Amino acid sequence: MSRALWTLAVLLSHWRRHPMQLATLLVGLISATALWSGVQALNQQARASYDRAAATLGGARTAMLVGRDGESFSQHFFVDLRRAGWPVSPVVEGRIRIDGRSVRLLGIEPLSLPVEASSAPAIGTKGLQGFLLPPGQTLLAPETLAELKLSEGATPTTANGINLPPLTLQSQLAPGVLVVDIGAAQRLLEMPDRISRLLVGRAGKGTRAPLQTVTGDQLRLVEPDAETDLERLTDSFHLNLTAFGLLSFLVGLFIVNSAIGLAFEQRRPMLRTLRACGASARMLNTVMVLELTALALLAGLIGLVCGYVIAATLLPDVAASLRGLYGAQIPGELSLRPQWWFAGIAISVIGALAAASTSLLKAIRLPILIAAQPYAWQQAQHRWLLAQGAAALAVFAAGLGFLLFGDSLLSGFAVLAAILLGAALGLPAILGLVLFLGERTTRQPLARWFWADSRLQLSGLSLALMALLLALGVNVGVGTMVESFSRTFNGWLDGRLAAEIYLNAASDTQAAEIKAWLRPRPEVQAILPRGRAEVQIGGLPVEVIGFADHLTYRDNWPLLQSAAEVWDRVARGDGALVSEQLARRLNLRLGDRIEVPTGAGRWPLDVVAIYADYGNPKGQISVGFDALVAHFPGSAQTAFGLRVAPAQVPALVTALRDRFKLDNRSLADRSALKAESKRIFNRTFAVTAALNAFTLGIAGVALLTSLLTLSNSRLPQLAPLWAIGITRRRLALIELMKTLSVALITALLALPLGLLVAWCLIAVVNVKAFGWRLPFEIFPLQLLQLLGVAMLASLLAALPPILKLMRMQPAKLVKVFADER
Amino acid sequence: MSASFKLTRRGFAGGLMLLGLGRAVRAQGFAGLGGEAGGFAPVLPGRPLTFPTDHGPHPEFRIEWWYLTANLTDANGAAYGAQWTLFRQAMAPGPQRDGWANQQIWMGHAAVTSAATHRYAEAFARGGVGQAGVTATPFRAWIDAWEMRGGEAMADTTLSPLDVAASAADFSYTLRLTAERPLVLQGDSGYSRKSERGQASYYYSQPFFAARGSISIDGKPIEVTGRAWMDREWSSQPLSSDQTGWDWFSLHLQSGEKLMLFRLRQADGRNYFAGNWIGLDGKSVQLSATAIEIRPTASTAIGERQLPTSWRIAIPERGLSIDTIPLNPSSWMGTSFPYWEGPIAFSGSQSGIGYLEMTGY
Repeated sequence: MSRALWTLAVLLSHWRRHPMQLATLLVGLISATALWSGVQALNQQARASYDRAAATLGGARTAMLVGRDGESFSQHFFVDLRRAGWPVSPVVEGRIRIDGRSVRLLGIEPLSLPVEASSAPAIGTKGLQGFLLPPGQTLLAPETLAELKLSEGATPTTANGINLPPLTLQSQLAPGVLVVDIGAAQRLLEMPDRISRLLVGRAGKGTRAPLQTVTGDQLRLVEPDAETDLERLTDSFHLNLTAFGLLSFLVGLFIVNSAIGLAFEQRRPMLRTLRACGASARMLNTVMVLELTALALLAGLIGLVCGYVIAATLLPDVAASLRGLYGAQIPGELSLRPQWWFAGIAISVIGALAAASTSLLKAIRLPILIAAQPYAWQQAQHRWLLAQGAAALAVFAAGLGFLLFGDSLLSGFAVLAAILLGAALGLPAILGLVLFLGERTTRQPLARWFWADSRLQLSGLSLALMALLLALGVNVGVGTMVESFSRTFNGWLDGRLAAEIYLNAASDTQAAEIKAWLRPRPEVQAILPRGRAEVQIGGLPVEVIGFADHLTYRDNWPLLQSAAEVWDRVARGDGALVSEQLARRLNLRLGDRIEVPTGAGRWPLDVVAIYADYGNPKGQISVGFDALVAHFPGSAQTAFGLRVAPAQVPALVTALRDRFKLDNRSLADRSALKAESKRIFNRTFAVTAALNAFTLGIAGVALLTSLLTLSNSRLPQLAPLWAIGITRRRLALIELMKTLSVALITALLALPLGLLVAWCLIAVVNVKAFGWRLPFEIFPLQLLQLLGVAMLASLLAALPPILKLMRMQPAKLVKVFADER
Repeated sequence: MSASFKLTRRGFAGGLMLLGLGRAVRAQGFAGLGGEAGGFAPVLPGRPLTFPTDHGPHPEFRIEWWYLTANLTDANGAAYGAQWTLFRQAMAPGPQRDGWANQQIWMGHAAVTSAATHRYAEAFARGGVGQAGVTATPFRAWIDAWEMRGGEAMADTTLSPLDVAASAADFSYTLRLTAERPLVLQGDSGYSRKSERGQASYYYSQPFFAARGSISIDGKPIEVTGRAWMDREWSSQPLSSDQTGWDWFSLHLQSGEKLMLFRLRQADGRNYFAGNWIGLDGKSVQLSATAIEIRPTASTAIGERQLPTSWRIAIPERGLSIDTIPLNPSSWMGTSFPYWEGPIAFSGSQSGIGYLEMTGY
């Protein structure tokens, strides 16, 4: 035992002499653990809040009975089904306006609410009687209360003049929803004796009569989903985050790998001495594993703390992204479960051991006396390059297969993964080939040595270069995608926001008053009413928008595809514009027919155009305003746009604001709306940009540590050149050139790789994840910039070992001939 | 909902606790049954019961129940028990509001018992929408798919014939009940005192039902015949605030006579006894508290509770001295608000069968 302790002490002394190396190792482990656990924490937080939302909805996790067309139905079905043995519970759902803000209202019946779908236990502790008996309660999450800027116990008035039951905090509730008793909900939503859906409990009450015999064909059963709509929608986002986390983790392990490789290289004489002194290979190995585990535990803990900080910093952006993209509500405060800590520590230790495995294996097999065998080594490397190249080809082939035959988001990500993995695996072979060609084209001895020695260095550098390739490729890919999106989005915004002022009145009465006030004003060129109704088509939530027939739309609205006489047909009321997402989900083409369920039956519409509707999680159909009002008499008609001479906009906005007490949410001019939209857009991609920068930074550190490792073990190669008369300065310059040239080749290879990644993101992943396809554009300036950053990172990484070489004492170079190998 | 919380016989304690009314329970009897009856109609002596009106609900009173227990045997002579109960509880006094605003809450319990097993289920419903309720003419009481329905030509004075059905995940039953003799008024002409301070309820029974039908346990149907006993009771404050639980017996004597007895346990350790002796002619005679001797002889552990499942009962003035044993000592109703309810058999000066309910343990 004491022998093992002494061995450990000897091994540890190495770190005392090389604190930078220890720092590198720890930085690698910490960054790997931090990013991975940070991303996990974000995903966990989001998933937990989806669960919370699903539980409140009693939605996707519970089987449901819904109306044939997704419309509300008579309450007597509830009683009929209960009497026929069905464990059903009624739910009424709708939106109400409080102080100009639209909020989701859920009416539940706590006594029959299925245990598995309910927040009833929570209600129970607060006193069911308080919830049921007048004045009742409006349950809401603290976030919602803050958003409404109200205090507990308040009884706000809705747009239709009815007071809500007193607001009561219920922290288990999902944000963005108000929960009241079903009776109160029916009153607030003006849906007397109607219910939106019936939750079907799992607990059987004995036999139940067949659904048909109880409700005829009025209701249909929707089986519970394994995952909620939100989870399905946001899967891509989380997969994306996870992919970034994994990439950073792997790059971090590259650092660990090269740091441990370096330590091993430097401790080789020490190990030999210890072995010669009688320490067994097994004991040496055990002690090294223990040493590594201890370091990994330490780094894992620090990494977890950093991960927490990263997650907490990114959370607001992630929450903004998810809200912007999917309408998902994520609370802004991070809460972590103990499993997260254990998983983080475990992944740090496992990662460290995996990264160290090659070095440890070498240590096991370490002969006490070893001779340098450069030629045999080169032969082995050749075979290794060939094998890796073959693996790269196989991975590419698999990726092509996924592209051709896959039709899901997952297959899209599989294509991406195959492209990245294949490129990484193929990199050493390609570099080897380029260097081999370089060697063939030169005659001059020193130049030949330059190429040949670069090839020799390849195996030591290849992992770091792979990291660089991946980081750069992903940066190029994501950068191109975001830039493409950004340009398309801006152009689209300009077209869609054609009116100068946008208004949203608090009620139909106020809307009428505002219109009456506006009509005589000379600066108002046109009032463009906008109506809105919500329906379900094919199980998807779809908003139906009614817009006025006006030149504003005819001239400006950018359509992706359109049939002849689009605007006339829409104005006539038999044609509809369909959003790209909806068209993809329902597989609609121009000329197809779509049936919109209305209160009075189905409304058949021809698809006359398809338009982009970026950032909307719901499907959308746009029809003529008059047609919408005719088919949805009760739809909200409080929104409208105004055409005003640009110079008069500020004055009119001020006048409207003062006259009708409208706030920023209900009244905005075009520039403010555009700025807000762009702000949301940028925030959505802030997370991506941050993770991008992290990854590139880690790749730079990986390159640095690899070069440090190499510079030490390469003295025997350099000393002979020095001995035959090449100055240290010249030698250093050659070394720098070598590093920069392989880095440059790698960076150049990363450009096409990145574009391929961008294409895959735009043409495959985006389409599957969001339902929209963007035009693919290349931004040369952005590529040059990234190339510059990569070369700068390589230069910075290459400098420390080069400077060390330049300042190396000649005696040390001479010593190479005296000892070692 | 604390474990120290216990249920009363036929008290709608379940609903009360569910409603969070159980505050300061210990001071007010179980689950508020001993609470003040503010705003609800009081129970006063001398009110004549009228039928069919009184078969229906009395929403001006706070609590009410329709309570049926049946002692059954199959073709091989094996004994079974069946229970069907509907409770009504008003959350607030005042005129009845329509729809979801209605202040009534309904709770149903159903059970079957054999020597080997005891199965039970419960259901909750709100009044006002039709999920549960009771109508006097035609007589129907229901919650979800559980139902008690007067047959064609049901006589108001006998409540016969009556069809009863309930089903749950692992049991079900349907029974037809018939009786020749009229309803029996308990207590003093239907006024049943529950404490020396005057707490009381209106209480009548039909103890003369003959039952025939089938019960099913785990999908296996069993044809059964036997006797059944129906209790109707309503009140606004049936218990005194210091009463902690009760033990209640309904007994079919071999002679054809019937006996209803209960013992209300008080916090001070004393008991309040009451009972009615129902003769072959259907005449109900109130027993004086001093005439009733009831004491437990053996107990059964159920969870952490000790339930006195065997009893010695004596009514010396009637020459009665019997010992009761349960068909299944584990007849535990593990419902939201648990209690013990199951069939018993007795022997001694008379033999027979009946039902025992114990609450507050």
